[in-house]
Amino acid sequence: MPFNRKAHKFSASIGTVEIGTGDKAIKLGGENVMPFYTFDGSMGDGPKVGVEITDLGLDAEPQGVKDYYAGCTSFADIAKKAEAMPGGDFVVLRLAGGDPNGANKSTEELVAIAKEVSDAISCPLVVEGSKNVEKDAELLPKVAQALEGKNVLLMSAKEENYKAIGAAAALAYNQKVGAESAVDINLAKQLNVVMTQLGVSAQSIVMNTGSAAAGYGFDYTISTFDRVRAAALGQDDKMLQMPIITPVASETWSVKESTAEESDAPEFWGPVEERGIAMEVETAVACLVSASDAVILKHPKSVATISEFIKSLM
Amino acid sequence: MALSGIQIFKLTPKKNCKECGCPTCMAFSMKVAQGAKQLSDCPYMSEDALAQLAEATAPPMKTIKVGAGDSEHSLGGETVLYRHEKTFVNKTLYATNLCSCMDDAEIDARLERLPQVDYERIGERMYTEFLNVNYKEGTDAAKYVEIAKKAAAVRPVILSVKDEAVAKAALDAVKDTKPVLNGADASNYEAFCKLAADAGVVLGVSGKDLDELYDTTAALEKLGNKNLILDVTMDTAKATFEAAVQVRRAALKDGDRTFGYPSIVNVNRLTDDKTMQEALVATFTMKYGSIVIVDEMDYAMALPLYGLRQNLFTDPQKPMKVAPGIYPMNGADENSVCLTTVDFALTYFLVSGELERSGVPCNLVISDAGGLSVLTAWAAGKLSATSVATFFQENVESKIKNRTLIIPGKVAVLKGDIEAKLPGWKVIVAPLEAVQLVKFLKDLKANGEI
Ligand code: SF4
Repeated sequence: MPFNRKAHKFSASIGTVEIGTGDKAIKLGGENVMPFYTFDGSMGDGPKVGVEITDLGLDAEPQGVKDYYAGCTSFADIAKKAEAMPGGDFVVLRLAGGDPNGANKSTEELVAIAKEVSDAISCPLVVEGSKNVEKDAELLPKVAQALEGKNVLLMSAKEENYKAIGAAAALAYNQKVGAESAVDINLAKQLNVVMTQLGVSAQSIVMNTGSAAAGYGFDYTISTFDRVRAAALGQDDKMLQMPIITPVASETWSVKESTAEESDAPEFWGPVEERGIAMEVETAVACLVSASDAVILKHPKSVATISEFIKSLM
Repeated sequence: MALSGIQIFKLTPKKNCKECGCPTCMAFSMKVAQGAKQLSDCPYMSEDALAQLAEATAPPMKTIKVGAGDSEHSLGGETVLYRHEKTFVNKTLYATNLCSCMDDAEIDARLERLPQVDYERIGERMYTEFLNVNYKEGTDAAKYVEIAKKAAAVRPVILSVKDEAVAKAALDAVKDTKPVLNGADASNYEAFCKLAADAGVVLGVSGKDLDELYDTTAALEKLGNKNLILDVTMDTAKATFEAAVQVRRAALKDGDRTFGYPSIVNVNRLTDDKTMQEALVATFTMKYGSIVIVDEMDYAMALPLYGLRQNLFTDPQKPMKVAPGIYPMNGADENSVCLTTVDFALTYFLVSGELERSGVPCNLVISDAGGLSVLTAWAAGKLSATSVATFFQENVESKIKNRTLIIPGKVAVLKGDIEAKLPGWKVIVAPLEAVQLVKFLKDLKANGEI
């Protein structure tokens, strides 16, 4: 007697959000199954991989990242190289230097960098802000304006600044907007509700429901993913059916497993770069098999591996 | 699956003799269904009825034990597919690989490296729990037995072997260590069933696809063997992923007992690339591997993996806590400054990570705050001037000479109160976020304040 396969079909599906323009535009979301459950139904176009670069240049990057971008002398060079990274589907520019508690670069300077990067590439672009809610409320609308017509994804609108960012990005300049909430299904839903009330269409919203490095409170990340997908697919909750994008690199490359030089680390820890790659890869995988429709990475080895991993499960 | 009172009633002798303490068999059956009475309270249940009831009330996924003595591990026994539904029961365990195709030097080198990854993380020992001993067709059987013996001396082993004679020789040598005999398939299951039963060990079953795996498992159950593990490794990562999910889901959601066993995933058979193995071992930790076999485990693979596993298998109702105490950072001693925060594991990790990055020698003092974050603990009264002062007087003042204490920025309001309750201490308020600690500490150091 053969195994009686019971397909677990959902009548609902995750929405599709397109970013970028022309041949290289990509669709995030579209699946009607739990991640990689291709035996139940469709995974849409499958999860995508973003390649992160920042306005801070390469000085603080791990050696393998520096090596990959060797010879680049401008943001345009770096952006082109990021676009060419094997396995990458889109480029992510993180404007970390905008943080008033950090480099505190001016909005004009950062918008100019965003423009330079956008002009240099033809693949889709995601622009992440500084994580400072006031700065991003000023910065991201200006980026949206400067990149009008490029169909970029701006991250992130949060509870504190969604009006400014949502209105500018999606309503005024027709871009896509990332909705970021603390790791909690109700907060994620609430933000989507108020964004849509503002007039932003559900097809313009991508969620970031929270991210962490594996081992660092990742239990909350997993359970939020699981619950969001159970509500979106199982209960047809329209306000949780947006695709999910998860920044991974910015979380995983700052924990001690990825930063402690071999000489300072406990015995047998081995080369720091290998630890950093493993932290990035294993965290990305855990996100992808839970819910993420896109992950943001930065090391070439991680990007290649995760891209291959996605293909092997599709 | 729980039975109703009516279903149970059908199996009682219907004597209404009241010996069970209930007025009628029907009343007794209702109580059993509610869990208020045990079947054994009725002395007249037939063997047959008991067997039927045991089968019907058995958990959807069996708990299987592997290894002997202190090295015994429980696998399976899960009741849910997602951690927020109810806590997962038995965490994923890992095995690294030895093979009869490796030369002695390679085997010895691997056994020597094995104990290197062995550390503690929030009260949990992190190490590779098993060794997989793989027999490559056509290699020397005696050598395989030797490797199995060496391996079984240090870890419980999985004997991955499909040749009956070789399997028997290896079992004769190591069966007392309660290995898994991972070798039954459609072609040999009768012989392997006997081998495993005679040796009293768990039998691993595999199949070329889910149907064959299902049929062979059903056939083994028919032979009376229910001490099984399902090796769900297929030809590709995709097919293996489907098998791991389908097996678990059939057992827990669709009530299909034939697949109600723990699983083995041999990632080492899916890829040689180390980074891809890292990806796949994380995948099958998340998605339903009971034992995952990799080529070798080094710290790069282990650090994120064990952190992930700890997060995944922690009880969602209970916050993870670190033990209260003094944690010296960056070579701190009794003359180094103290910082204090709560025992919530996530807070501890974020703070200690930043402190390490600062390079400034300091003592991180963790007091019991019920495993809550700083603000929650403060609101719940578990982090107060009194709790901090008491902890320092009882546990810190006798060990640390330095009298400067840095408190979390989120409870800046406690500063005056702590100073009043802890005479002789100077209290400094830290920034609001952990990430700001590096600069903060470096500045304090540069200004000579600490
Ligand atoms: S002891 Fe058994 S037979 Fe007697 S009343 Fe109770 S259930 Fe019925």
